Amino acid sequence: MNLKALSEAVGVSGDEGNVRALVLDTVQEHVDEVKVDALGNVLVLKRGTGRPSSTGPGSRRLRVMLDAHMDEVGLMVVGHDSDGFLRVRTVGGIDSRLLPGAILQVGSERIPGVIGVKPIHLLRGDEGQKVSKIDDLVVDIGARSKDEARKLAPLGTYAAFATQFRELGPTVSGKAFDDRAGCAVLVELLRGEPFDFDLHAVFAVQEEVGLRGARVAAYAVDPDCAFALEGTVADDIPKDKDVSPTTELGKGPAITVMDRSFIADRRLVRLLTDTAKELGIPYQFKQPNVGGTDSGAIHRAREGVPSVTVAVPCRYIHSPVSLLSLDDFENTVRLMREALSRISWHTLRRN
Amino acid sequence: MEVIPLLKQLSEIDGPSGFEGPVRELLRQTWQPFVDEMREGKIGSLIALKKGTSRKDSDRAQGPRPKLMLAAHMDEIGLMVTGVEKGFLRITRVGGTDRRVLLGLEVVVHGRRDLPGIVATRPPHVLPEDERKRTAPWDKLFVDVGLPPEQVEQLVSVGDLISVRREMVELKNHRVAGKAMDDRACVVAMTLALEQLSSALHAWDIFAVATVQEETGLKGAITAAYGIAPDLAIALDVTLGRQPGTQDVDTFPMGDGPTIGIGPNFHPSLVKRLRTVADAHEIPYQIEPTPGASGTDAWAIQLTREGVPTALISVPLRYMHQPVETLDVQDIERAGRLLAAFIAGLEADSLEQLAWDTKAESE
Repeated sequence: MNLKALSEAVGVSGDEGNVRALVLDTVQEHVDEVKVDALGNVLVLKRGTGRPSSTGPGSRRLRVMLDAHMDEVGLMVVGHDSDGFLRVRTVGGIDSRLLPGAILQVGSERIPGVIGVKPIHLLRGDEGQKVSKIDDLVVDIGARSKDEARKLAPLGTYAAFATQFRELGPTVSGKAFDDRAGCAVLVELLRGEPFDFDLHAVFAVQEEVGLRGARVAAYAVDPDCAFALEGTVADDIPKDKDVSPTTELGKGPAITVMDRSFIADRRLVRLLTDTAKELGIPYQFKQPNVGGTDSGAIHRAREGVPSVTVAVPCRYIHSPVSLLSLDDFENTVRLMREALSRISWHTLRRN
Repeated sequence: MEVIPLLKQLSEIDGPSGFEGPVRELLRQTWQPFVDEMREGKIGSLIALKKGTSRKDSDRAQGPRPKLMLAAHMDEIGLMVTGVEKGFLRITRVGGTDRRVLLGLEVVVHGRRDLPGIVATRPPHVLPEDERKRTAPWDKLFVDVGLPPEQVEQLVSVGDLISVRREMVELKNHRVAGKAMDDRACVVAMTLALEQLSSALHAWDIFAVATVQEETGLKGAITAAYGIAPDLAIALDVTLGRQPGTQDVDTFPMGDGPTIGIGPNFHPSLVKRLRTVADAHEIPYQIEPTPGASGTDAWAIQLTREGVPTALISVPLRYMHQPVETLDVQDIERAGRLLAAFIAGLEADSLEQLAWDTKAESE
């Protein structure tokens, strides 16, 4: 499992090069074809071993697309103050409550930068209750003038959270588990024996800014069905009201039936749940209508693609440090491998 | 001694108020070559003595040597466990911890063993709009140690202390950022002064004290000063550095030298002497007007026993009480040099010269 390397790699949406290099390096030896497309997606083909006539109508094998996105949320430099501070905007959705006190790595040189706010000693009235807006926050890299700041971190420079991967026992913590957890699951699946069908793995760019990489990748691959692999919200923290935890750590892979971006294909959901029940693999449904994933783009590619999302539950995604259960990770890999080994044209037949 | 490695070591070690042991043990080793004696105060302050040369120990008839106390606090703000729920820890603050900077922070829980953890709250994806716009209140903040609830119950109990976990980073222009720079930066300044004095003779006894529990009410300074009964005292702490969103009168630029406080907390003649020394050694400094409570160990030490003439040297620092406290290491070096030069210049009768003196004041 190479989640540590994937988590610590830096790849804010639009600047995924570092993760792409790692992915290319990791998967090359296990697959038949690799290419990088116009947007920066990594498109991988691992050919199936089934005879074309036995697995598909006519002369081709079934094409299954597995997607995980490489990008993570972060910041971009949009200006420089006269005192040498960097003005920034978020790339993707970051809760502004998380930014004060954060340490960042700025630009390809990974210059350390920090975000501080007005000291508690100088707060007046209810100032401490208010969450600072991104317009009011600056990044301090130690520069003393506008010119120096501009030289060190020119306009458009990306910044990412700086967080080390850690093992906490049955769980691990680190940044960008959304979606390096999905990338790591996908890498595991590629490492195994080939399936009957042609496996098209997509390591997608720009999910966090609107599911953009997956959209063109799904067009290019033209799959018969697709699985998006994710790290998704777990909200199992204690709370006042008895509301759904969205997903829970330790309860197995989370299957999406519907979120804000798509309705999952029921045949693929059935394949997953039947497989899990048969083998005693724990699984859970993600609470409908929370978040969106690359399936939202994939299911509407060309004439449409039956799609589903399977995710490793992660606490604190889109924050400097997220946390997941290694059991959930292993069970996600296992459920996917087993479900894929059972997939055929038959799966996609309408009853 | 290299400043940045020492500061990094001291910044990263755990020492929330009431749990200063790791810092104290590190300082025992660091100070060993520079001092004559060390003892631990009754509530944990580390008190080191570097003997002066004005009188021999055996020469009882002449009375004791004059004593200067230096104080920099070794505790840092932190958190404490107030409950365990579904394996998540409920928390409160120790000292002036700022809850605006806690979310997404990595911490260490000092349970039966040290447990890494994360400060957590419910994700924004599921929160109502109004809750996302307010700083998460204490009853919605938890620490997650990533272990099953049964194991957490065994390892953690109410009252366990929690430290922020943060590696120091070096920014541009000899600036550094990290946790607990308040007040480990000044522990470093004090250490630098002790090192410089190890090759110089000084008349006075120097009591260097790394105090405990400053952040929770100056407790280490109150008790250590009583025990030492110093003739003079200089406290070292950090002060608010200039940063966006603050007024110039409240803050001091980083890199322009340490500040010397002026106000009711400080003895005017002692302040004057510090300024004279700084000028003579061409050490840049700034004046910090302090109309009332300085909020530092100096405030307590001044009222020890029959009263102690006290001064305060401060290092400007941005983002105080946040895990990204930022400062210019040159200011630490300057504070150390100023302290060493002041001490080297003390003579056996300096105390008499520092007495209230209208002529000196009006000069």
